[in-house]
Amino acid sequence: MAAPATPAPSRVCNVTGFTIERNGQRLALANGVVAIALLAFGGFQAILIALERQGLAISADWWYRLIASHGTTMLLFWLLFFEVAALYWGSTMLLNARMVAPRLAWANFVMMTAGVLAAQWAMLSGNATVMFTAYPPLEGHPIYYAGVLLFAVGVLIACIHFFANVVVAKRERTYEGSLPLVVYGLAAAAIIALYALGTGAVAYGMLFLNSIGLLETVDPATYRLFFWGIGHGAQQVNLAAMVAVWYALIALTVGGRPVNEGLSRVAFLLYIAFIHLGAVPHLLVDPGLGTSHRIMNTSYMLYLAVLASLIHAFSLPASIEVAQRERGFTKGMFQWLKKGPWREPGFSSLVLSIVVFGFFAGVTGVLMGTMQLNMLVHNTLFVPGHFHSTVVSGTTLAFMGISYYLVPILSQRRLVAPKMARWQPYVFAAGVFTFTVAMMFAGQLGVPRRVPELGYEAAPLGLDQFVTGPVPLIMLVVTLGGVVAIVGGIMYVYIMVMTLLKGERTETPDDGLRIAFGPAARMRAPAGEGAVETAAPTATVTADGGEQEHEHITGLKGRWRRWTRFEAPGTYLLVLIFLAWFVVFYVIAHVNLSQSWPVG
Amino acid sequence: MAEEPTQGERELSTLLPPKDRWWERLGPDERRWLTIAFVWCLVLFSGMYVWLAVGDQQTPVESYRIDPFVFQQEVDAFVEEHQVDEIQGAAVVEPPPGSEVYLHANQFAFRPVLKLQKDETYRLLVSSTDVQHGLSLQPTNLNFQVLPGYLYVIEITPDEVGEFPIICNEFCGLGHHVMTGLIVVD
Repeated sequence: MAAPATPAPSRVCNVTGFTIERNGQRLALANGVVAIALLAFGGFQAILIALERQGLAISADWWYRLIASHGTTMLLFWLLFFEVAALYWGSTMLLNARMVAPRLAWANFVMMTAGVLAAQWAMLSGNATVMFTAYPPLEGHPIYYAGVLLFAVGVLIACIHFFANVVVAKRERTYEGSLPLVVYGLAAAAIIALYALGTGAVAYGMLFLNSIGLLETVDPATYRLFFWGIGHGAQQVNLAAMVAVWYALIALTVGGRPVNEGLSRVAFLLYIAFIHLGAVPHLLVDPGLGTSHRIMNTSYMLYLAVLASLIHAFSLPASIEVAQRERGFTKGMFQWLKKGPWREPGFSSLVLSIVVFGFFAGVTGVLMGTMQLNMLVHNTLFVPGHFHSTVVSGTTLAFMGISYYLVPILSQRRLVAPKMARWQPYVFAAGVFTFTVAMMFAGQLGVPRRVPELGYEAAPLGLDQFVTGPVPLIMLVVTLGGVVAIVGGIMYVYIMVMTLLKGERTETPDDGLRIAFGPAARMRAPAGEGAVETAAPTATVTADGGEQEHEHITGLKGRWRRWTRFEAPGTYLLVLIFLAWFVVFYVIAHVNLSQSWPVG
Repeated sequence: MAEEPTQGERELSTLLPPKDRWWERLGPDERRWLTIAFVWCLVLFSGMYVWLAVGDQQTPVESYRIDPFVFQQEVDAFVEEHQVDEIQGAAVVEPPPGSEVYLHANQFAFRPVLKLQKDETYRLLVSSTDVQHGLSLQPTNLNFQVLPGYLYVIEITPDEVGEFPIICNEFCGLGHHVMTGLIVVD
């Protein structure tokens, strides 16, 4: 491909040292802004949905419309729009490269937005109350399917554009050697997106043809197979993108990198190969599949994709620990964690989203994907509990964290309300954590998902088990947690919108943030906040490193030191605690299962 | 900083290209954790087979394609043969212990009401004649997907006496939240 006659202007970023091309900057910001607008819209719906649980008068019809739109807005539109922004950012700024076809990207941006608007109209006007899953033979308006299709094809084109950017960057030698780890992770997300969106196009395509009368019937079981390719596949895109963003946040907030970067890359390869099987647990209590099929596929092929997550579970905290220890925080097992930059919104979002994602979202996901255990949770409120803890306290919080850096850097404006930014991740995480755990408890007690009221008064054969006993209290906790989370969400949207509209224009947009990466950070390092104990030796421990060096790094003495030789002993203890938690959960779930009626 | 990173001039970061080839030899930390993690993955995997051998609760896998019209006829015949009572306009059937029992999901009810005996095993034949539904057996909390055109065979053995509601937990239309059924065990 020939270089453009007049290359788009670019600038060197004062904060990071990267060359930022104007097209990439504008496209990343535009997609990011639409993403945040969609997050705000979905959040507004969440307020109504949460309050309806406590008696806000909304008709069942409108409640179902809200659930349909909230689900589709958040699970598809907000996250994928943000991921498109992240793909453009990763493939231009991080590679000092340019958008290969900016006009195409703008046309694509318009198409995706149009698709979103069309689908929203259909859902909110009551013409497509079929939920995010749109299971046939429920019928929706053709405009709904066409809207989602336009959006999905748009994301597909954006992924292809990402690869084009990377290839051209390589050819134009804007970077040397392999891709940076973060871009590598984003590439994994883009590859997973290719097949997620491909199967999605088939699923929604069938429904679209059916809705305009060109296809007589859509087999419900076949549809479910294809649908979950995007229904869950899109969440695996979120997973890979989120892990990439975590690695970026580690670099930005503590200047860390994995102890073994190669292993992290292998983990991304395992995601590419196996994570799409995570769609199969949705079919675990469907008619039509055999035992071997269920076990092989729901296990993500021997849990190799879970292995990838366990690698990241070690690698991510170890990156933070080693960076902090090199900075001099070497006392005991956890001084590195205690002395983390907890007032930095990127760091608190990073740690909170890793912890909640690992301990709650990941573990419950694996258990739901265990063949027999799935019977206990399928379609109960446990399922929304699980996926709110993945995509809200995990992905959304991580994306919020990175935008505290990307928005100022790309827009060259100073972040407004830094004090509010300091608190925002805590408020949001506390709220989401509360309502997701409460949802899981309710699901364990049988509360179904997608039900506006639990009294069953209008049913000929009623039941009162959800209006007596512990369920009403649990549902109150769901609402309260939801309200707190929404407050955190409003804080985030306020900060972002005000930064973009009113933020002071500046050449040094990192003022007010503490960025541990790039030329500015290096200049500042000796006098910086985190460099309290720079006098401590900074030698790295190698496999054959001396004990003396090791002691400086880990601060461990005596038996521990002889026994471990760990570079990141605190992390080791944490992952072992995590594993124990996982085992306990696994055992409890099987005890629950054994108390059900014999079934088979 | 007392000294620059030892890797030469280039800074190493997740945001920058790695030095040379990206693969690095595994250190002892990583090797140990990788082993532990992989063993746990194998436990998770074999756990499903172990439960197949020792557990009483298994995912049902027997299923057939069925024309919704045919299914409707079979349900009607079944109700006619075994009906013993009626509550709230719903037929109550008491099939012989150990027999095949039809359960019909459609907007917005599970019918008929089933009278079963404790500790007897029944083959529930479940299907839908309109849209997809979720069969959720309360409060034992066992959940299955019901698809039109597919007959799902679920063997259950009620091991307690009482009234057990069935609720729908797959969105099936505007009456989804009032869709129920009932199993009575004595």
